[in-house]
Amino acid sequence: MTTKTQAFMNWVDARFPMTKMWEDHMAKYYAPKNFNFWYFFGSLALLLLVLQIVTGIFLTMNYKPDADLAFASVEYIMRDVDFGWLIRYMHSTGASAFFVVVYLHMYRGLMYGSFKQPRELIWLFGMLIYLALMAEAFLGYLLPWGQMSYWGAQVIVNLFAAVPWVGEELSVWIRGDYVVSDATLNRFFAFHVIAVPFILVGLVVAHIIALHEVGSNNPDGVEIKKTKNADGVPLDGIPFHPYYSVKDIVGVVVFLIFFSAVIFFAPELGGWFLEKDNFVPANPLKTPEHIVPLWYFTPFYAILRAIPPIWESQFPGVIAMGMAIVFLFFLPWLDRHPVRSMRYREPIFKINMFIFIVSFIVLGWLGTQPSTGVLSELAYRFTELYFAFFIFLWIFSRERSAKYYITSLIVMLSIVILLDVLRGGDADKVAMMMKTFLIPGICFSILLVVPARFKSWAQAKPVPERVTS
Amino acid sequence: MSEQDVDKSRRRFLTAATTVVGAIGATAAVVPFVGSMMPSARALSAGAPVEVDISKLEPGRRLVLEWRKQPVWVLHRTKQNLDDLAKLESKLADVESNSSKQPSYAKNKYRAIKPEYLVVIGICTHLGCSPQYRPEVGNVGFDSGWLGGFFCACHGSKFDLAGRVYSGVPAPTNLVIPPYMYTKNDKVILIGEDGGVA
Repeated sequence: MTTKTQAFMNWVDARFPMTKMWEDHMAKYYAPKNFNFWYFFGSLALLLLVLQIVTGIFLTMNYKPDADLAFASVEYIMRDVDFGWLIRYMHSTGASAFFVVVYLHMYRGLMYGSFKQPRELIWLFGMLIYLALMAEAFLGYLLPWGQMSYWGAQVIVNLFAAVPWVGEELSVWIRGDYVVSDATLNRFFAFHVIAVPFILVGLVVAHIIALHEVGSNNPDGVEIKKTKNADGVPLDGIPFHPYYSVKDIVGVVVFLIFFSAVIFFAPELGGWFLEKDNFVPANPLKTPEHIVPLWYFTPFYAILRAIPPIWESQFPGVIAMGMAIVFLFFLPWLDRHPVRSMRYREPIFKINMFIFIVSFIVLGWLGTQPSTGVLSELAYRFTELYFAFFIFLWIFSRERSAKYYITSLIVMLSIVILLDVLRGGDADKVAMMMKTFLIPGICFSILLVVPARFKSWAQAKPVPERVTS
Repeated sequence: MSEQDVDKSRRRFLTAATTVVGAIGATAAVVPFVGSMMPSARALSAGAPVEVDISKLEPGRRLVLEWRKQPVWVLHRTKQNLDDLAKLESKLADVESNSSKQPSYAKNKYRAIKPEYLVVIGICTHLGCSPQYRPEVGNVGFDSGWLGGFFCACHGSKFDLAGRVYSGVPAPTNLVIPPYMYTKNDKVILIGEDGGVA
């Protein structure tokens, strides 16, 4: 640096910690040297946040949050505004891409135990971001005022009406009317463009501050701060800038290739990113044949539909859907196993993880299908598997005795059977229940009989002192 | 002022008192914001009754009207439809409509003032989709012994032709019957107004 720029930096640093922030978060933030493919998604999520905010700002310049004008104003953006179609497709594709990236980012955390002590708060902030993101996506989906916008909002707001006693009032308060209407559209617009993005950005800052305080985890789950050189720099750490800033830019380039391909060649992605029913203006008198949320909500939607009403209240379904997310919050306290990374976890843990991922994907698919007969029964079974994952995490937190595994198996299967008895139904339904019982039956048996019989399947591998490769 | 001159309990009391008063003030400040999200006076006043002429509605046909921005159906049930209602009772969750919403004059086995005409709000009591009118009989995909009724494709709830909900489906209660009355020699139904009977 020349003396003049140095002098300028000194002037700034005396007034604002510019150099200190640069060093703390970039040039002297030491990240483990063994980051792999899965570590692209954090920075990609940040990129998408910026992209959504920028495209969003430009969309609001032409969008009209008014039930009579909204649908037409979106078409106006698409047809008459220069590059309006591009900005809108960037925003709509960006929403789905955001969820793709966030789901992969969360899966990374799950694989390498990044949520474990001392990173619980990073995970909690992350979960709050996920929650805010879901709210943001839901609110934004009403704005084009198409058929799916309208009926999707109608269904989700009605979830709140299922809350005992105050539900009816609560849903009216959320809508600002007795049905989804102009008042609802207007307030959703306010939340979507200012309130939730504001919260999101704040949470992202907290997420990153917490991360940089503790330091990043890595695919080996080894704490790099344990082995430092004389200068206090972790031996297995490399400065974020330039090493990972450059690595992340490669990730960004590859991501943008895929992202652009969708925007330019398949912006609706066959109905997965923009649903065809949403090109029909909202009609409060007619629900589309199949109303389906966008793909990123479908696993939870499948859980919602899978739970039958109890005492003539649909609240249990709503609770189950909420719990599906709440359980994720508690991950750091459910999985107490000292080994972080899946690389060194016991084989049975990997099977549990595999079943969970399959359940999540199957539920996601079921959420897009009509809820009839076999499919709703399957949704119920995979909901059981989804929740069982968390119980197994707890069980596999350490090695247990054979008796413990077998007792757990008996207890868990008894609960499944008890719930089936409570669900009841006619002869057809009971026959179907008995067949699908095999799904939790086989999964639970594998997960608990195998470690009871073969001890090695329940034993974690030794974790190396230093990161590998 | 040195440390021993500090009256700690007095300081604690003042801090606590200030916090409490401040918290009450902050809570009170929330009231107008929360209040502003309730339905406005304009939204509350929108709810004029609607009239429908039923003299040309053929048996088996259904009309869809908009009342308070919600779909209301007027269905002309056939004799067969009315006979079928009794056959379904074992499959229903709330045969007597005890936990469902309807005016007292529609709390009977046809859920109507006159059995032939069903007037019902076409919003599923589960999560508010508008079910489909499925008058056909037989195996209809979602039910093998269907006798006609309403099917909500959103979450698979089934209702008979009196808007009564089947058991074992997500919807907890029967479809809601709005207040209504017959006028002009029973040729016209007025929805949203019943002369104060209910």
